[in-house]
Amino acid sequence: MKKLRFVPVVLAALVIVALVWRLAHPPDTDVQSAMVGKAVPAFVAPAALPGNAALSSANLADGRPKLVNFFASWCVPCVGEAPVLAMLEQQGVPIVGIAVRDRPADLRQFLSDNGDPFARIGSDPESRVQLAFGSAGVPETFVVDGRGIIRLQHIGPIEPGDVQDLIQAVKEAK
Amino acid sequence: MIAEAGLAALWLAAALAILQLFLAFGPAPLRTIAAGPVRSIAIVLGVLTLFAMAMLMWVFERTDLSVLLVAENSHSAKPWMYKVAGAWGNHEGSMLLWVTILGLAGAALAIFSRRLDKKTLTAALGAQGALALGFFAFLLLSSNPFARLNPPAFEGRGLNPLLQDPGLVFHPPTLYVGYVGLSVAFSLAVGALITGRVDSALAKAMRPWVLGAWIMLTLGITAGSYWAYYELGWGGWWFWDPVENASLMPWLAATALLHSINVLAARNSLRAWTVMLAMVAFSMSMVGTFLVRSGVLTSVHAFAIDPKRGTFLLALLALYVGAAFVLFALRSGKLAEGPRFELVSREAALVGNNLLLTVILGIVFIGTLYPLFIEAMTGAKLSVGAPYFNAVAGPLALILALLICVGPLLNWKTGSADRLKRLAIPALIGVTVLVIAIFAIPQGGVLSKLALGVAAMLAIAAFLPLIGRKLRRAPLSTWGMVVAHFGVAVALAGMAASTMLTTEVLIAARPGEQVQVGPWLIEFESVTPTAGSNWTALEAELRASRGSGVSVLRPQARYYTSPPTETTESAIKTVASGQLYTVLGKPAEDGRWQLRLWWKPFVTLIWLGGALIALGGALSLGGRAWRGWRRERQR
Repeated sequence: MKKLRFVPVVLAALVIVALVWRLAHPPDTDVQSAMVGKAVPAFVAPAALPGNAALSSANLADGRPKLVNFFASWCVPCVGEAPVLAMLEQQGVPIVGIAVRDRPADLRQFLSDNGDPFARIGSDPESRVQLAFGSAGVPETFVVDGRGIIRLQHIGPIEPGDVQDLIQAVKEAK
Repeated sequence: MIAEAGLAALWLAAALAILQLFLAFGPAPLRTIAAGPVRSIAIVLGVLTLFAMAMLMWVFERTDLSVLLVAENSHSAKPWMYKVAGAWGNHEGSMLLWVTILGLAGAALAIFSRRLDKKTLTAALGAQGALALGFFAFLLLSSNPFARLNPPAFEGRGLNPLLQDPGLVFHPPTLYVGYVGLSVAFSLAVGALITGRVDSALAKAMRPWVLGAWIMLTLGITAGSYWAYYELGWGGWWFWDPVENASLMPWLAATALLHSINVLAARNSLRAWTVMLAMVAFSMSMVGTFLVRSGVLTSVHAFAIDPKRGTFLLALLALYVGAAFVLFALRSGKLAEGPRFELVSREAALVGNNLLLTVILGIVFIGTLYPLFIEAMTGAKLSVGAPYFNAVAGPLALILALLICVGPLLNWKTGSADRLKRLAIPALIGVTVLVIAIFAIPQGGVLSKLALGVAAMLAIAAFLPLIGRKLRRAPLSTWGMVVAHFGVAVALAGMAASTMLTTEVLIAARPGEQVQVGPWLIEFESVTPTAGSNWTALEAELRASRGSGVSVLRPQARYYTSPPTETTESAIKTVASGQLYTVLGKPAEDGRWQLRLWWKPFVTLIWLGGALIALGGALSLGGRAWRGWRRERQR
């Protein structure tokens, strides 16, 4: 019975240690995709603009590592991300886009306003491809290696400070 | 100058808290003369904090934009009531309210608990001073509500529109009085452990504080539940959100304490346990404050994450809880064991109540912190939701409700079970209701149906303690118990019935269309624009009819300008048998509008039950206060 009296102290100490740990490691609300490290899911996305090239999972396993950017004309952060994507493209990083829940007219306007760094743009009107990649929002960008394996997921807009890291990741993804 | 006066009062109060601490726990010769001064200091400290809070409400009322907090959280175009209540609709102001109530609780303890022995009271006031000092330091060093903004802002940023609601005026203050009122029980427990006098006199001194805090906590939780229900627009009344759990945990501990304290007062038993509960109850309040204010748990009460403030609060939490529990470990062994009691006795039933409440508290506590523990140990992320809480805590709550039927019929000390025969009729009614529910209600789980049966039994059994008494001469505290226990039955019935019987319809409709929701026929008339002092809105007109008579409901989709936010204002039609709950959603491209419509039978019983539980507490508190006052006068 005597030792029981120390139970509250021990329990309280445990809880406080856990809370200290939590303060030191603030919760990370971004959920990483479970697909990282796996092959891209099989998909065929029709061309987002008439007359342009469509995008399918086969295009992502053509031996060249590339960035897969999920974006949309209705997405405000995507506007902010556009110049950074253009910068990446100028440095020779191949980028393909997937337009999520978009309309051709809006998309054309978006690309003429903000530039078009994309080699191909697939249309994903019902977010199916996006969900298959394990992506929860736009913009999100995946590094896919030459064999079609997802190597990295970048959640949220790419900032200028992320450019070097992404170029490095694409180089390593050979 | 108003802000500076408030700030000065806070610094002065902090200095007094140091003095209070020093007098109560300082060198021995000082302690012998400390009783009088410590009491006076506690009262002045309470007045000073109240003054500071009044100053903050004043700068908010004037919308003084040279005060940073006002500029960040208020706006000149806001209705008057929300300007004043906006003083606690933000982190700093809310912490000042917390400290104000802590100060006032200390002052009230000094004024009203004169019959407790001097040494225990002085030590308790010292503990209260220690609590106050830490939170003053937190306020002054990391969350100063009176910080100036130079140059002043041109216009304030406005209050989160979800908070612009009468709920803001009542919910935080009542909840805080409940949370922080428990500090008195904590301090008295610490004081009694220091002097070693844990007896029925302590229990009697502690009881009104626990009861008062518990009443306010009950009201605060009930009001908060109803506010979330109508404001958030998704029709639920309890979400097992971490911040809700943070208020439920002190309530569970206080409810257990409320019952064990009666055993200590009447029978001098459960000494160590009652002291422990008193410490746990306020510790849970502090844990709750920490969880809410540090933002470590993801919650609909999305407060900003601030590691610095979180660290400060955690240090305070560790200090106070740690010190109290270590004191308990060292001193509780010296407490004499109380008189024994039979297995079938009032004491045993109350111990059962305490065990069940404590286990439920543990379940809620573990469920709230489990994701954190798992992430710390394995890195895996998960969340614990309603299915866990309902499945694990629900059955225990039902057993507890059954125990409420039994406990009040038992005598203290002796094992006479004669009066339990009276339970035959309530039990029969409960079983009948259960059987009817099983056959008549196709939807809903077993738990809800059981809950309905238990609620029916308890609704009648709650009144059994009055049998054989002259009703007008039964003590008010007995009436209080009866009303509170009946309130539990009412709330339980509301939860069970609304869970089983709710009908939900989500449609996209054009004006002119009709929808059937449960027994209601709803005609969607029109959508028209409307405006308030700081918002514009689209307002739907719905005509609801059930048999004869038509009522008009006007749910709105509001757009606030400062800060720019969209909210939904539900429209609710309350009738005796439940509520019709309507929400206007987004327009579709083809001229149709999303409408969410619920028919929630008996849902109002949930809050009516909560109010009855609080009323029972108030009757009990009033009855005891009245008797105490009369006894004083007779002397």
